[in-house]
Amino acid sequence: MAGARISVPSRARSGEVISIKTLFSHPMETGYRRDALGLAIPRDIVSEFVCSYDGRAVFRAELNPGIAANPYFAFSVRADRSGTLEFRWTDQDGNVTVETRELAVEP
Amino acid sequence: MTNRRSLLIGGLAAPLAGCAGRGASPAARVVVIGGGFAGASAAGTLRQLAPEVDVTLIEPNPVYTACPFSNLVIAGERRLDAQQFSYQNLKAAGINLVQQRATDVDPATRQVVLENRQVIAYDKLIMAPGIDFQWTIPGLSAGNADRMPHAWRAGAQTVLLRDQLRGMRPGGTFVMSIPEAPYRCPPGPYERASLIAHYLKQHNPKAKVLLLDGKDQFSKMSLFRAAWTTLYGDMVEWQGAADGARVVEVDAGNRTLHTDFESVSADVASVIPPQRAAAIAERAGVADASGWCPIEPRTFASMLQDNVHVIGDAAIANAMPKSAFAANAQAKLCALQVVKALNSETPVTSKLINTCYSLAAPDYGISVAGVYAPGDRAWLDVEGAGGVSPLDADIAVRRAEAGYAEDWFTTITREVFG
Ligand SMILES: Cc1cc2nc3c(=O)[nH]c(=O)nc-3n(C[C@H](O)[C@H](O)[C@H](O)COP(=O)(O)OP(=O)(O)OC[C@H]3O[C@@H](n4cnc5c(N)ncnc54)[C@H](O)[C@@H]3O)c2cc1C
Repeated sequence: MAGARISVPSRARSGEVISIKTLFSHPMETGYRRDALGLAIPRDIVSEFVCSYDGRAVFRAELNPGIAANPYFAFSVRADRSGTLEFRWTDQDGNVTVETRELAVEP
Repeated sequence: MTNRRSLLIGGLAAPLAGCAGRGASPAARVVVIGGGFAGASAAGTLRQLAPEVDVTLIEPNPVYTACPFSNLVIAGERRLDAQQFSYQNLKAAGINLVQQRATDVDPATRQVVLENRQVIAYDKLIMAPGIDFQWTIPGLSAGNADRMPHAWRAGAQTVLLRDQLRGMRPGGTFVMSIPEAPYRCPPGPYERASLIAHYLKQHNPKAKVLLLDGKDQFSKMSLFRAAWTTLYGDMVEWQGAADGARVVEVDAGNRTLHTDFESVSADVASVIPPQRAAAIAERAGVADASGWCPIEPRTFASMLQDNVHVIGDAAIANAMPKSAFAANAQAKLCALQVVKALNSETPVTSKLINTCYSLAAPDYGISVAGVYAPGDRAWLDVEGAGGVSPLDADIAVRRAEAGYAEDWFTTITREVFG
């Protein structure tokens, strides 16, 4: 398992709309399935994903049971200043995975 | 086995009775499109079950090149001509062989149009045209596919991929892109990876085999992965959807494959494109929005057109995999149902079986078997029946299964092509 994967350019021109893709390896177990012995498989999901740009949330998603394994998000952000992009996945138990990428913006 | 045997015994005896009294009425005409495992089996079975029926098989190629075992050709362990079968025996059995491509089907007037503009009328049509590729991966097209041969229809590309591997630089990387389901032969890509690793281990031991997969799970996954470690150490690396490994674009010119997160440059590549039923299915109006052909499970009658049946890879048989074994089993059942329909008899209800053998090395076989029952809307897996080879079997078992695989191929091709 690769954990989090992120595709984001390292530099952009000011005002440019950049595309960001993220994938988080996770089974997204719904809690509604049963195993071979008929026992309920406990729910195990990522419940929130937030991308912040220079400290400000620019993309946020709430995830619920039924969303497919390995949640994948593709979204766009307007690059207007150099700064840190932070990607934060939080699971149902509050465990947090954080990744960051630096974005250099040229005027 | 029991199910298939009882079907054939029940089937052979019954349908002929109804035809005996027909006397002067013109022979019923059944036309089959496609002379692969499905179509050739259907034509041959019809001939056996109902000698009075006029059977026509439309197939453009004079020789059929079989896919099962073609991965051995890629690995340099088998000649392509061992994969090739002529239609002469089917012809000798009294089947009208028309060496043409069907270009159109009009279910309203019950006619097939051929490339040479000839028109063939039918009472019942069985469509078994196999697959076509969907050129939906940006950068890949029918025109440049030879740069990254799919070899997913056996023939020229099979030999091409073999030769590209032979010419690969020492320590090079072979990369394969594997589509999401459904596609022809679910375990086929992993067998290919294994046999290519077998070849490289001997001729290019520092080389790598990298699999970029659109799925998280695959057929016989634990058996394949265990075999790769045992036989090839760390030569074979598999990345799945959870690794973000789905190929979203390729650059055929410099053999680069792009996932959402990475670019991989290959020395030799095989990109297996997504697939759909062959184009004639859409012309005939038997394919749905998925590109495949919905059928009434018990009889393989098209859900979309009257008097047309669809079998083999082109059909949506749900739990049944797209395999030569399944195509042959479906063909025999469908032929029986067509004869029953011509005789105004009610269709039978029969289960079908499938076994897919794969080679993790030429003398290392693994298998998965299933039993399938026709539900109202779908072919369903009979739970608890069938199964896969044990994970902890010793090498003698693997060798025996490789032998069974070869026996299966010999038996089925003899049965179908004579
Ligand atoms: C690498 C590889 C390995 C495989 N290994 C196995 C295995 O070990 N075991 C197994 O069971 N299966 C295996 N398969 C799968 C198997 O090859 C297919 O499931 C099988 O060929 C399906 O049979 P079919 O008759 O539906 O299609 P096909 O075999 O593709 O036959 C279709 C025929 O229709 C003809 N046709 C198409 N369009 C027209 C038209 N317009 N007019 C007239 N004719 C037309 C084609 O020329 C072709 O001859 C493998 C496949 C691959 C690619």
